Amino acid sequence: MAATILRRLIHMIAVLFGISVLVFLIFFATPGANPADRIAGKNASPQTIARVEKEFGLNRPLPVQYVIMMKKLFISRNLTSFVNLGEKVVPQVFKAAPITLSLVSGAAVIWIVFAIVIGALAAAFRNGWVDRTLMVLSLIGISMPVFWVATMANLITQGVWHHTWLFSWVPPLGYVDFTASPLGWFKALIIPWITLAILYIGLYARVLRAALIETMQEDFIRTARAKGLTERQVLLRHALRCSLVSVVTLFGLDFGVLVGGGALLTEVVFGLQGVGYLTYQALETLDLPMIMATVIYASVFVVVSNAVVDIVYAAFDPRMRLRR
Amino acid sequence: MSNLLDVTDLAVSFRTRSGLIRAVDGVSFSIAEREILGIVGESGSGKSLTVLAILDLINDPNVVIAGSIRFKGTELIGQKPGVLRRLRGGAIAMIFQDPMTALTPVFTIGAQIAEQIRIHTELSRHAARSRAVDLLDAVGLPDPARAAARYPQELSGGQRQRAVIAMALSCNPALLLADEPTTALDVTVQAQILELIRKLRDDFNSAVILITHNLGVVAETADRVAVMYSGRIVESASTTALFADPHHPYTWGLLGSMPALDGIRRPRLATIQGLPPALNRRPPGCAFSPRCAFVRPACINARPPLTGTEHQVACIIPAPERATARTQALAA
Amino acid sequence: MSDATNPLVTDIAPPAPGYWATAGRKLIRDRAAIVSLAVLIIIALLCAAAPWYAQHIARTDPFQSNLSGTVIRHGKTVEVLAAANNPLHLGIEPIGPSWRLGPYMLGADDQGRDVAARLLYGGRNSLIISFISAGICLGLAAITGILSGYFGGWTDRIISWLLDALWAFPVFLLAISLSVVLIAHGIDIGPIRLDASSLALPITIIGIIYVPYVARPVRGLVIGLRQSEYVLAAIGIGGPAWRILWFDILPNVISSLVVFAPLIVALDLLTEAALSFLSIGVQPPAASWGTIIENGESLIYTRPIVAIAPGIAIVITVLALNILGDGLRDALDPRAKLRN
Repeated sequence: MAATILRRLIHMIAVLFGISVLVFLIFFATPGANPADRIAGKNASPQTIARVEKEFGLNRPLPVQYVIMMKKLFISRNLTSFVNLGEKVVPQVFKAAPITLSLVSGAAVIWIVFAIVIGALAAAFRNGWVDRTLMVLSLIGISMPVFWVATMANLITQGVWHHTWLFSWVPPLGYVDFTASPLGWFKALIIPWITLAILYIGLYARVLRAALIETMQEDFIRTARAKGLTERQVLLRHALRCSLVSVVTLFGLDFGVLVGGGALLTEVVFGLQGVGYLTYQALETLDLPMIMATVIYASVFVVVSNAVVDIVYAAFDPRMRLRR
Repeated sequence: MSNLLDVTDLAVSFRTRSGLIRAVDGVSFSIAEREILGIVGESGSGKSLTVLAILDLINDPNVVIAGSIRFKGTELIGQKPGVLRRLRGGAIAMIFQDPMTALTPVFTIGAQIAEQIRIHTELSRHAARSRAVDLLDAVGLPDPARAAARYPQELSGGQRQRAVIAMALSCNPALLLADEPTTALDVTVQAQILELIRKLRDDFNSAVILITHNLGVVAETADRVAVMYSGRIVESASTTALFADPHHPYTWGLLGSMPALDGIRRPRLATIQGLPPALNRRPPGCAFSPRCAFVRPACINARPPLTGTEHQVACIIPAPERATARTQALAA
Repeated sequence: MSDATNPLVTDIAPPAPGYWATAGRKLIRDRAAIVSLAVLIIIALLCAAAPWYAQHIARTDPFQSNLSGTVIRHGKTVEVLAAANNPLHLGIEPIGPSWRLGPYMLGADDQGRDVAARLLYGGRNSLIISFISAGICLGLAAITGILSGYFGGWTDRIISWLLDALWAFPVFLLAISLSVVLIAHGIDIGPIRLDASSLALPITIIGIIYVPYVARPVRGLVIGLRQSEYVLAAIGIGGPAWRILWFDILPNVISSLVVFAPLIVALDLLTEAALSFLSIGVQPPAASWGTIIENGESLIYTRPIVAIAPGIAIVITVLALNILGDGLRDALDPRAKLRN
């Protein structure tokens, strides 16, 4: 087990290094324009550009530039935005993180619960009308662009039906801190949660259904039946436990990506000022230091949470333990 | 003496696009308490389906089961799912062929045995656990407490099959259905497992239906043998009688293809020419007739009934001619 | 020959003759897939007819703002952009949909442009981008997957490491990083020049980011094939590598790629929409379904149709692609899985 963890951590560091190099190259070595121009932002003065060149060591070789950049991001954490006149970038990312985390964790709870229920129902009634209806709904769920769903949710809960009893409780767009008002926090986030969860409910329900149906063909399922378990116990205890593995892997990837900024579109449409929203604002002004910071931090998060999932996975599924 | 299980005219069919296919075609047999019945046949002869049908464990929406299966006087075919479920793992337990895949990989051995105990008894979680360990001890697993805490894939094949047997015995079944319990195991382990099954009858008073394609296994273990071919029983007798005086040409073929461990070694093993008929193209008469060296016109059109009392056979070769034909067949 | 005992390896065989014909027959029996295919063809034809629609039915230029124009509605002349119907007359209210063929069938946007015409033009761009970038993605994935799977060794190690890094990188952020760097200035490498305002930029970016999704399964498939008996036999009799790749490996890979194709097109379409929604995809004045939704967001409480219509277009197209993908998978390769 210890060896597994160690190997996974080394792999994680290798991937992180790869990603940081990739990001660095995208921002500093893409041909087309002078990186200083890009970093300084739209319509920057020659002085600003000169300052950027000096600060990022742009006249020195690429590896040196890479080291300077990483130092600014992780050690001194004094990467500054040139568009927002000297605003420090890294603290902003940390300030926005709890909002993103609130959004994504809530959505994750919803999507996991619903996906398991839907996947199990569909597998239990496979090829019947329950299964077909649920799978068509899931397919529609994964076919909708999330920002459009969010826009439609706003249209309904903030516009058309806002003054009916159904949605009059929905607060105006924006985030309410949990410590300020837990209920307010909940009310502000419930619609974004559902919106973000829809895609993943569809995705996970389909994956889980397929995995369950495959598992139900296994010999040990027949043994479980021969023991005198009810069909429901067989499905929920034996088959589900074995099939959840496929969902756990997906979850690690998706959760990491979302916390790292994949929830950007949802944050933008619902006006939640999380990490993705920072990226969005930076996009509007082409504020490259900010984008770089969010991208690097996001990928760190994704890679770390992948590693954690892999390790949890090994603990969760005894089959994996033996294989290594 | 009343029988533990009476199977009469059991038919297992599957609905397919080209009509109903009868995989088990009118099988009848009985088993007394504490008796070990061996059912022998090639793969596809319907022997597994026959036992699976007893507990309604054939997992196919297109299956149709007809006939009668009476367990201790209760009819099982068409029985309410709840009643069958209480029998499964309780009064009738089952052991499957491949111990590698027969246990759920994500639960420990002990937990899986305890689960079955708790379905059928009022034992507490803790008591069920310790009973599981006792059972593992009883089937001869070394260090049963440790084995109970292990996952299936951490045990060897033979150990796993012992665990599966321990699980099957956990609720003192009156009838144990063993579907090729030794096929997937090493030869040395096979002998141990068979020994264990024989011992169980003495320790737990269970009757056993032992399914196998291996006549040697039957010879060692069973009290009585039924030979199946193409979904039908062609011969049924006590083990000694069957081996001493086999009646059916198919049984001769089976015996001829078995290497003799003692006695006269034959120069070469006999083979039965051809293949069993496809289930949807079974001949109208005796199913073995296309491959039988002693086929007569009467075999082709009418299905020979299973006749006799103690030693039953479904063949029209008259008793006096049997011995010569057999010598001929086994010498070939 | 330990591989000969591995059932997973030995049951892989080259597609038998008639493989595609059988798959085709299976697909034709799949009613949902065929209906989806028909829907996709209809959508593509409608979008292709965009210029004709603009000229003959909408009779406006959907790329020109029409701030003070008028249109005849129910026999009356109406302004395309009216002052908003609030006490202070703040803001503007574009004309609503007429729901019949003709000018402003789906109303106007905040620039007074015909939404229906823009929807078709936008669809044309969305489809062009998603299909071409899917082609790029599948092509690159096939090349990298086959090279790394077939030749192994260092080729494989380097390609796998690259794919792993790309894989661990959130797709979305990769797209954003690339777009934001390129969008202001375009890209200029020797003979290749991509202008920021051309579709080539989003096509390239979207084409690259999903390569690992396909390359990894292709690599796995090729490794399996490489050890299969018939390929070993072909190598054993001294067949040149290109011949084996071309005749024994490629046909298998292609059947996987065919299964993945609609799913990748769907992913690309959604990605394009998202990037355009963030204004780093298709650049104005060109339109795509994503840019129209972004446009419609500001009108969401006054003229929601501007955002609703392109969204529905996306959902229908992506849904049809997904159903078609399911059908192709069932017909060709039930075990194929994207993302692993």
